[in-house]
Amino acid sequence: MHPAFSVVFFTTATGAGYGLLALLGVLGPLGFVAPDLWLGFVGMGLALGLIAAGLLSSTGHLGRPERAWRAFSQWRSSWLSREGLASVATFIPAGLFGMGWILLGRLDGWVAAAGVLATVGAIVTVCMTGMIYASLKPIAQWHSPYTLPGYLIFSAMSGCVLVNALLQGFALGSTVLLAASGLLTLLGWGWKLTTWRHNDQLEIATNANTATGLAGGTVRSLEWPHTEENYLLKEMGFRIARKHGAKLRRITQALAFGLPILLLIAACALPWPFAAVLSAFAAIAQFAGMLVERWLFFAEAKHTVMLYYGR
Amino acid sequence: MTCLPSHTDKKLGLVIDLDTCVGCQACVTACKEWNTGGHMAPLTDIDPYGGHVDGVWFNRVHSYEHITEMGGRTVNFPRSCLHCETPACVTVCPTGASYKRASDGIVLIDEDKCIGCKLCSWACPYGAREFDTDVGVMKKCTLCVDRIYNDNLAEEDRVPACVAACPTSARHFGDLGDPASAVSQLVAERGGIDLMPEMGYKPTNKYLPPRAHTQRAPSVPAKALESVRAEGGFLGWVDRMLSS
Repeated sequence: MHPAFSVVFFTTATGAGYGLLALLGVLGPLGFVAPDLWLGFVGMGLALGLIAAGLLSSTGHLGRPERAWRAFSQWRSSWLSREGLASVATFIPAGLFGMGWILLGRLDGWVAAAGVLATVGAIVTVCMTGMIYASLKPIAQWHSPYTLPGYLIFSAMSGCVLVNALLQGFALGSTVLLAASGLLTLLGWGWKLTTWRHNDQLEIATNANTATGLAGGTVRSLEWPHTEENYLLKEMGFRIARKHGAKLRRITQALAFGLPILLLIAACALPWPFAAVLSAFAAIAQFAGMLVERWLFFAEAKHTVMLYYGR
Repeated sequence: MTCLPSHTDKKLGLVIDLDTCVGCQACVTACKEWNTGGHMAPLTDIDPYGGHVDGVWFNRVHSYEHITEMGGRTVNFPRSCLHCETPACVTVCPTGASYKRASDGIVLIDEDKCIGCKLCSWACPYGAREFDTDVGVMKKCTLCVDRIYNDNLAEEDRVPACVAACPTSARHFGDLGDPASAVSQLVAERGGIDLMPEMGYKPTNKYLPPRAHTQRAPSVPAKALESVRAEGGFLGWVDRMLSS
């Protein structure tokens, strides 16, 4: 599948943003963070900024972005529509939570309730994003039990590493958060490796025989219907990644998982402000690594229509 | 509404005979010619006279070599929308632009509602939908909905343009939901099949597989070639003398 940057950035940024929002929504009411004005401003600003930037980026993928409002109508059948609704609905408790925190300086009562609702909204939205991909039968690498948990794990991982960097930046860091960030990153690493192994060993029932209905023997594409690349080949026939796939997988592992874990371990051992700087670098490296991971998620996915083209 | 109808009164669709299709591309050009002025118009061509021609087509004819233990043969394979009974391209649509008609089962796009998110083309395993980069919306086969019900056309012309154009009658149009219809009987008689049945989309269009190889090879072998052995005798001697 063609890895359109608008969609790669969209899923990575909103994944991290919703992860951060979900954690702030529960950490605040639980008393892990103080109702500090600047902490709330930077934390909620970062979370909602990532989400808004991601959602705006996703409209770049549309042929008719001015009609995007229509996408809220078909929630009965469409995961994309559900995602749109959930993402917008989440802004309501998230906005109230942010206002209560920043303007009123409180994280209790109705502000806490709004925070918990924002957490629920964030988790639901990430599930909807994952289901958009997991529900697509023609793409076996996405239509797998690994896709939805993957989106949730990576969102929690990115969010936790961001929360850690945020609190470290305000000298409010804790070993618990550092350890949680490291462990979630380790979980993400394991999940990605398992997913790759699953995809590499995938046995797909659909082949050129079932695609053409020509039973038995071998079916070889003699001639395409067109001499130039068409929409199908451009959108569904993307292949460059296979050549560089192994290298990009190593880059993903180094940037998204390996380096952040090392930086977080070092941050455990060093005093503030070194721990804060290392935590920030861990978050930045992980975000860059997750962009590569998401690029590969698209580039390594194979659509059944390419069977008609013998690819 | 992108929820699928629980039942369609008719199941209009095509039956494509892979035995008689000669790959002449007449259906392809007839489709383009009709539909670029039809319901989903225009079928934009990008850079049509340049080096990187691209454009929207509803019907594409592939050619395959099918090799079995019985031997090999070339199969021409027209590929277009199969107007599935459970088309995921419709249910994934976030705007309601894609829909399946309850009356005849035709899958259509309302161009005015399409936001061009391309998700429907990802959801279709058959590559039936093509994005029009110029207009910014998705396009697909309409089963010539503007021909088959068109009172301005003679009755025999009220079939999809691809069916009307086919010189070998490899394309048939009718109601596949009616077991008594000519197309349903043809499917039953020839063992018509679904493409990628394992995907579970329940395509309405059926493909008739090529007929089995026959044992009807000529029983008398072709006459043996004449011997090229040098002629003997006087005339042979003359021939050799004159040829040297």
